[in-house]
Amino acid sequence: MITAGIDMGSRSIKIVLLEDIQVEGAPQIKYDMKKPYLMMPGDLDLDQAAEIAFDNACKEAGVSRERVNKVVSTGAGRRQVGFAADSVTEMTAGAKGAVYVFPNAKTVVDVGAEEGRGIKADASGKATDFAGNEKCAAGAGSFAEAMSRALQLTLKEFGEASLRSDKTIPMNAQCTVFAESEVVSLIHANTPKEDIAKAVLDAVASRVCAMVRRVGIERDVVLIGGMVHSVGFVSSLKQAMDVEELLLPEYPEYVAALGCALLAAETH
Amino acid sequence: MVAASRYPTEPLKLWKKAKELREQYYANYARAHDKGGLRWSGSAWALDAIPTAFGDDVYPLTGEPYAAAISADHKFAKQCMDAAESVGFARDLCSYMRIYWGGMHLNKYLFGGEYPKPDFIFQTQICCSHSKWYQHVARTEKVPEFYLDVSVGPYKDLTEERLNYVASQLHEGIEFVEKATGRKCDDERLIRAVKNEMRSAVLWAEICQFNKAVPAPLDEKTMYSLYVLATLHKSSQWCVDFYEELRDEVKDRVARGIAAVPNERCRIMTDSQPPWAFLKIFRYLESFGAVSIGSLYTFGLTGIWETKPDGSWGPRTLPWEKGAEMRTREQVLRLHADWTLAKPMFQGFFDPQIKTEMMKTVVKEWKVDGVMLHLNRGCEGSSMGIMENRLGLASSGIPVMSYEGNMGDDREFDEVRSQARVDAFMEQLGLRQLTV
Repeated sequence: MITAGIDMGSRSIKIVLLEDIQVEGAPQIKYDMKKPYLMMPGDLDLDQAAEIAFDNACKEAGVSRERVNKVVSTGAGRRQVGFAADSVTEMTAGAKGAVYVFPNAKTVVDVGAEEGRGIKADASGKATDFAGNEKCAAGAGSFAEAMSRALQLTLKEFGEASLRSDKTIPMNAQCTVFAESEVVSLIHANTPKEDIAKAVLDAVASRVCAMVRRVGIERDVVLIGGMVHSVGFVSSLKQAMDVEELLLPEYPEYVAALGCALLAAETH
Repeated sequence: MVAASRYPTEPLKLWKKAKELREQYYANYARAHDKGGLRWSGSAWALDAIPTAFGDDVYPLTGEPYAAAISADHKFAKQCMDAAESVGFARDLCSYMRIYWGGMHLNKYLFGGEYPKPDFIFQTQICCSHSKWYQHVARTEKVPEFYLDVSVGPYKDLTEERLNYVASQLHEGIEFVEKATGRKCDDERLIRAVKNEMRSAVLWAEICQFNKAVPAPLDEKTMYSLYVLATLHKSSQWCVDFYEELRDEVKDRVARGIAAVPNERCRIMTDSQPPWAFLKIFRYLESFGAVSIGSLYTFGLTGIWETKPDGSWGPRTLPWEKGAEMRTREQVLRLHADWTLAKPMFQGFFDPQIKTEMMKTVVKEWKVDGVMLHLNRGCEGSSMGIMENRLGLASSGIPVMSYEGNMGDDREFDEVRSQARVDAFMEQLGLRQLTV
């Protein structure tokens, strides 16, 4: 049986194809994760973008669309996936995927482009509590991205730069726009780029951490979403959450899609 | 596709009457002067039996429900808030207060015509906004003002001194109204008004208590249009009479198994005032088969409760049923102060833990599956300690979700994101949408 999970994020579509592998005597079904596929939506027509992405993902994986038994979607545009049999929220999908990758995960931190959230998960991968940022994106990836642009660095360089700083500069603004003006003030004050980068990532981490505290920080803690690729953010978040270890999946932005594919397999 | 109903349902017979009473209330206030009557304004929490003791032609305009009514009118609400901000008031102040002020500065009444200027202000102060709200009205309109300080701590810690402090202010309140109106207080009328205020509170609590039944005979969206009558004029005879009729109808609905939400399969409670311009969020809940059975806010803003001998929560026993004498002004005002200080909604102002415990009681006795907390940026009072309430509920194993918004200022409510929150919460409770 082949199932698919599709995460219609605010910036990108992530798809995971799974094939179950029945191993005789094994305690649980194993899944073979096909090569993940990522694309930027070409326009605002989400239905069409989902169709194209799914077609391409199937081609990449060498699987015909007809062989895919069930598709479950998640993400901001999850209801725009006409060919999905079902849709679930990012909380349900993220918890399911994270616990599959790290079976001892109890707290899942998901930081994507527009939203950050803390999820408490049980051993079966069910989300039992959650908290998310509200109308402000200052606790999410797009904020870090905007600030890295202000410093004329890529997001990757931005994260690496922050690790070279040992300064703690507080950023007090509660929204992206005002925070950006704080960054501009720091630039005008000739503050080194690495110190600004650390200040920004500390601020994002601090807001994310405040959200996660609402559901409680219980080990193991897993970080998923695109911000995993920022080494500086991971460092800042570890410090803010006061945990020795943050578990990082190999494909962090595909975990919610993986969760959907698993849910599709379980419910087919 | 609509899912099959699990329970029979039917419209509330008294719905139309509730709306008519409310319309009549606002018309009576506006036209009070036509027949030589008087107008006063103050909070829905004001101890309105005092002004009522000065005649049936003394009409109140309570600020919170009036502002809530305006907030359902996006255009006028925006005009009011703009007007208040133009005067220089900050956007993060109480949204009811800003809306009320804006209407006054625009000199417009929601129900047509000019803002009907009150003859006097009679106000309680449990939160900071309450006093400043009417201080500004009194100074702008140049009318006399009276403030009753009820911030004496939680009811469980009430002492003789604290009770005396509030009761003595009620005596001062009578002197104030006498001076402001030129009328004398009629003690017979005062006793009747205080008794009516107490009966309104008990009747409303009785009505809410019927929602312990499964299926719930009332949903919270409907309750908002019913509890409001006691926030308008709780010491009036019409309010008591209506609640008696309503109590009988709701009792009958329970006996016949009539549901507010025919697909009820999950019971939610909320907290704080809702974002009034977006009450459709309750209809969205219904698409999952979830009914909001009420909240500490709807139960305890006007209802007064007590713990019964069997440990359950029920309407407070009326003083005269316990043998208390209510024959003199002194006796009545003292009982009135004691009665009011037990208001459940007051308790959260002093200690969030007390509120958490009351919420847990509601969860248990009303068979609630999950709690939706409105992080209401519009009301400092009802939002105070709300995250502590969240922690207290969650640590007791009660599923909780929160969403941000504002009861009166719809610029602070994100409908799409709030709906996404509800989706996630419903999933957490194991529910899928029943209707598409």
